[in-house]
Amino acid sequence: MLKISNISKTFNPGTANEKQAITGLTLHLKPGDFATIIGSNGAGKSTLFNAICGDFLTDGGRIELDGRDITFVPQHVRARIIGRLYQDPMRGSAPGMTIEENLALAAGSGGWLSHMTRKDKKKFQEQLSRLGIGLEDRMTQPVGLLSGGQRQALTLLMATMVPPKILLLDEHTAALDPATAEKVLQITKEIVDEHKITTLMVTHNMQNALDMGNRTLMMDDGRIVYDVEGAERASLTVEDLMEKFRVGAGKKLDNDRILLSN
Amino acid sequence: MSIPVMLSLGQTALELGLICSLTVLALFLSYTMLNVCDLSTDGCFTLGAAVGAIVAISGHPFLSILAAMGAGICSGFITALLQTRMGIDSLLSGIIVNTALYSVNIAVMGGSSLLNMNKTETVFTVVKSALENTPLKSYYILIVAVLAVALVIAFLVFFLNTRLGLAIRATGNNPDMVKSSSINPIFTTTVGLCVSNAFTGLSGCLLAQSQKSVDINIGQGMVTIALASLLIGGTVLGKGSILVRAIGVVLGSFIFRLVYTIALRFHMPAFMLKLVSSVIVILAISVPYLKKQWPMIKRRFLYRGKEER
Repeated sequence: MLKISNISKTFNPGTANEKQAITGLTLHLKPGDFATIIGSNGAGKSTLFNAICGDFLTDGGRIELDGRDITFVPQHVRARIIGRLYQDPMRGSAPGMTIEENLALAAGSGGWLSHMTRKDKKKFQEQLSRLGIGLEDRMTQPVGLLSGGQRQALTLLMATMVPPKILLLDEHTAALDPATAEKVLQITKEIVDEHKITTLMVTHNMQNALDMGNRTLMMDDGRIVYDVEGAERASLTVEDLMEKFRVGAGKKLDNDRILLSN
Repeated sequence: MSIPVMLSLGQTALELGLICSLTVLALFLSYTMLNVCDLSTDGCFTLGAAVGAIVAISGHPFLSILAAMGAGICSGFITALLQTRMGIDSLLSGIIVNTALYSVNIAVMGGSSLLNMNKTETVFTVVKSALENTPLKSYYILIVAVLAVALVIAFLVFFLNTRLGLAIRATGNNPDMVKSSSINPIFTTTVGLCVSNAFTGLSGCLLAQSQKSVDINIGQGMVTIALASLLIGGTVLGKGSILVRAIGVVLGSFIFRLVYTIALRFHMPAFMLKLVSSVIVILAISVPYLKKQWPMIKRRFLYRGKEER
């Protein structure tokens, strides 16, 4: 599904602030793969997502999604087949527009001049009710009135309304309180399972990294230093994971959020 | 003040308010929805007036309306092009286009800075002669203005609820979201500015034809006047559906003109219009801000007082 071959990215080349964010990274995801990503601060996790989304052109290498070379495809064109959630719940929806208007925009059915029909509204209502957080009764309220967790759940629904070829979750529960984060993770699991969406999820919670999905990647210094799935992954504990990192990266894991949450 | 005088003042305010409310509706789209402060409004208003006048003078009263709107679209397209494709800041591109339009407008008016339409057939004279023997005949300006405003509002309500309209609103409301979505902000900004400038051009065209002349300065300060009306409208009817808010905007424009007309009656000189509209814009934007700052200002003040004691 996703085929990243030997991509690199250096920011501010030739200056004192030169930073090799990604160095010769290669990653293949099979259709339906749900890989969790962990890594230390500045390991290049978000940069990898930005590269997939087309925030910048990589210095080298190629990116293929669903059999199509998207290395040079503009960001908004790729966005049609990529769903992305950020850590900041405010980023994924328009606060001044109502819930149903946001959903209509995400659904993207019909032409530019098409209107939201009663059928659309009914579909939205049904999909909202499956989130189980009571948004189905608030469809005409502006999104700005929702809490962070509600907004993140809505964004998740918007991102997967037309099931994307790949879903990128960039610590999408990190800004939520533990109970809400748990709920949003639950919803994430349900939606991903239902549509069998190929997913990459960055997390700072090592336990989540092992519990969710079928594959775990560890990043350091712009590379993938450890990649595990199947039986080996099933037997791993958080401690094992820390040890693997030490071996793979040749140093201790130094993500302050990971250390604080474990 | 006698009742007939008051009524006639009210009618003038209503006519002017309605015609200028088309510009306010244009800013409702560009400023409120798209979050772009389009400073080319003044020039575009005059462009609409000039193009409309030239076409009307050459004998096409209805075509003049379309021509003025078309001219507005071109001007909006260039403003959008500068800010989306050429890396020019959005305020600056408005100012640049506005400056350029001054020359364009004089060129359109055949090198003169004043055009007279006393004997020209315009939409207003057409409606006036159609209403010749009816009791409505002294309201012909009002009728044309109401019709234009109603059509523009109907269009806006339709347009802003289409998928394209939603995309335009999202572009102004959350640029971060739009950046990572499949909406192309260059496209939505361009369409938004083209549509909004079409209304500005229409507004200029109708104002010129209703007062039967165009002067190169007809649009000067229009952006501030329209902003003042927009902000007044926002405090009157700022929440709710697009329709309610659009009506609020028109109401704001009328209230602005009414206050201005009354002020003129109380011997405020006419040249004060632009100062007054500037002050309204300053107040409307700064008061909510200062209100938010007020607790801190107050605390600081009290705190300092205590220290000295």
